Amino acid sequence: MPIDWIWGLIGGLLIGTGGAVYLLGNGKIMGASGIIGGLVDGSGLNTKWERILFLLGVAVMPVVLYPLYRDVDTHITDNYWVLIAAGLLVGIGTRIANGCTSGHGVCGMSRLSVRGIVATCCYILAGGLGVILFRHILGVI
Amino acid sequence: MLRHAIALLSGGLFGSGLFISGMTDTAKVQGWLDVFGDWDPTLAFVMGGAMIPMALAWWMRSKRVTALTGEPLPPAPSKEIDTKLIVGSVLFGIGWGLAGLCPGPSIAALSYGGPGLYVFVAAMVTGMAIAPFVRARLDRAVPAE
Repeated sequence: MPIDWIWGLIGGLLIGTGGAVYLLGNGKIMGASGIIGGLVDGSGLNTKWERILFLLGVAVMPVVLYPLYRDVDTHITDNYWVLIAAGLLVGIGTRIANGCTSGHGVCGMSRLSVRGIVATCCYILAGGLGVILFRHILGVI
Repeated sequence: MLRHAIALLSGGLFGSGLFISGMTDTAKVQGWLDVFGDWDPTLAFVMGGAMIPMALAWWMRSKRVTALTGEPLPPAPSKEIDTKLIVGSVLFGIGWGLAGLCPGPSIAALSYGGPGLYVFVAAMVTGMAIAPFVRARLDRAVPAE
């Protein structure tokens, strides 16, 4: 759709504002995988409420906005094997790399962090090649 | 108390942004990654838009010593490119391409995305629980210099 990029830009500005609030307010880098992962492996339990409330905000705002919005299909695959494999890869990968699209991508690249830029190049390249392999060659997605 | 309110506000902004931008739509993410298909440029606008307030925040950071709550601000980023960064990011990228979901949007879509989202998030959380063991193995295979 031709106006999707405008919504993309507005949404992007909101995402960045969230990151700015987290940085200047709490002195932390807003990385979704780090915030979730610290709760899962126990490394971030000393700040558990900060993490839980952040995730609550992420999960609840779409519910609030849902009725106002037009096209909300997630188009998620119904192949559970694909979802299990993808979820495991995302969980393991982001924790080993110490960041995902928000931490390395948004927060890292905006301060020209070499690690952020290298990580982002790697996951975009792997994602692009993955889509070619799984969609155009193997036809599983 | 203040830091909890800030965390909730920040999460709310992040979740709203992910939802409004269409990043909870796996077709948009895969459409951006799929350069040989019907290419969708939205993700580039989301990334670009998100960089603007964030770059401003990093600039403001250089003027301050502590955050609003008195917490220390993050130090300058490490420049170390290690095996874990590369291997982890490649594994993440493959998963991201497979499902069209990364950690933030999977939480943002959890309430309305249906059972597929529960399956993905459960697998992601399992992966995060396994990650420390994989990390330890990688550390043994490729010792830090």
